[in-house]
Amino acid sequence: MLGTGMHPWGKWGRPFAEYGVAAAREALRDAGVAWRDVGFAVGAATIRNGYPGFVAGATYARALGWSGARIASCYAACASGAQAIDIARTRILAGLCDVALVVGADATPKGFFTPVGGDRPDDPDWLRFRLLGATNPAYFGLYARRRMASYGSTPEDFAAVKVKNALAGSLNPLARYRRTVTAEEVLASPMVADPLRLMDICATSDGGAALVLASSAYARRHGVTDAVRLAAVSTVTPVFPSTVLELPEFATDSCAAVPPPERSFRQSLAHAAYEEAGLGPREVSFAEVYDLSTALELDWVEDIGLCPPGEADKLLRAGDTALGGRVPVNPSGGLASFGEAIPAQAIAQVCELTRQLRGWAGARQVAGARVGLAVNQGLFGHGSAVIATR
Amino acid sequence: MTLAIEGWFTVGPDGTHLLGTRCGSCGTVAFPPRGGPCPAPDCPGQSMEQTRLSRRGRVWSYTVARYPPPAPFVAAEPYTPVTLAAVELAREGIVVLGQVKDLAPEELEVGMEVELTCGPLADGPLVWMWGRVS
Ligand SMILES: [Zn+2]
Repeated sequence: MLGTGMHPWGKWGRPFAEYGVAAAREALRDAGVAWRDVGFAVGAATIRNGYPGFVAGATYARALGWSGARIASCYAACASGAQAIDIARTRILAGLCDVALVVGADATPKGFFTPVGGDRPDDPDWLRFRLLGATNPAYFGLYARRRMASYGSTPEDFAAVKVKNALAGSLNPLARYRRTVTAEEVLASPMVADPLRLMDICATSDGGAALVLASSAYARRHGVTDAVRLAAVSTVTPVFPSTVLELPEFATDSCAAVPPPERSFRQSLAHAAYEEAGLGPREVSFAEVYDLSTALELDWVEDIGLCPPGEADKLLRAGDTALGGRVPVNPSGGLASFGEAIPAQAIAQVCELTRQLRGWAGARQVAGARVGLAVNQGLFGHGSAVIATR
Repeated sequence: MTLAIEGWFTVGPDGTHLLGTRCGSCGTVAFPPRGGPCPAPDCPGQSMEQTRLSRRGRVWSYTVARYPPPAPFVAAEPYTPVTLAAVELAREGIVVLGQVKDLAPEELEVGMEVELTCGPLADGPLVWMWGRVS
């Protein structure tokens, strides 16, 4: 990872490409790489910004000035950025290019994410709104209630996640929300999807993030000997039968005839990354997890193996997952402080891994960080886990 | 009586039934109904036949939408909060999401038994719903 760049998250109301180009320029500057030297540019697509959003790779290449570089665009819901990284990395590992640029950016409307327009009764993402009014927060509410029933988590535990992440976010100049909050404020915020309140649920944001990736040989030729390395990128899909109700589905798979797999989807995402990196949860110095809700952060902490199922609340209460704790979770401030800018988010997670591993994270620096893990999950069987090391 | 979606459930004298599909080869059930080969990757089954799902199950989880969901949902005016329950059907080994009818959130509990019924969306057509055991 030679360079990182980010446009601050917010609700800026400008075209998404502006955020992406700003992030790309910063990443190139940080890497000391000229755009002309980039052999391959991958854009993580956005589906709410018309044709330029679908062909994001071309949009960024054109904005930076057509240079003849090969391009690709990919969409994989919340994992779009990680898939873009994976495509760039694979091309580098195949020896087909030395330097690649990965960019993701989004401009989002206010309020709930809604399905793309038009009557589409054959699209489950449209139908779940039409038939059930099942918004994204509704699914987060179902998971949170299930967690309370299974493990005895409480709304106070969920609020403590927000308090922790808001504190980290207050130390991050790129975050959208930079104010610390109290548990009382969280617990007094309006109920949205029972048992989750407004401050338990991540907002939707504008933002952009970019990375410059290069082969080890290229880095060495340019005098970089201690670059942060991508040790693993996992983009595995679920294994039938998946017994967790996932967005935007109406039902789980059936486990009546075929027994469920050993690991849930989220667990399998992290597991595959650990296998690829030859590392385990014990080696992880810190993690960026997809806290679409406060309760979901607790699920992730268990799914990536930082503790057994049902014990994430204990880790949280002991301060283990806070800045300065044994294994900080979301030292960037997480989605709680950023809000979600879908195609940029997984790239932003990897930017944070890189900054932390370089020791450039300032007041939110994780001391002695050697191994960072970033995980996310999105609609339609998409998800990712990335491990970076130094 | 208009159904909000054709082929996913039926309403008759013997109550409301969800319609799924069952693989003729391994017995795997799917909801919503699906054509094509069996969803189990190792099953050679190529044909899925229609099947009625169990009418009773246990609440896996539930939530209440305190704000009106956006279009294409049609919210009642004034808005009455929509309760959703994910219900586990033991025989089929699946969890099915649905709106909850005539049960206040305070009456709901993870693990309690509920029964399938149906009710109208705010603009008229019927949809399956989870309700009190008769
Ligand atoms: Zn089968």
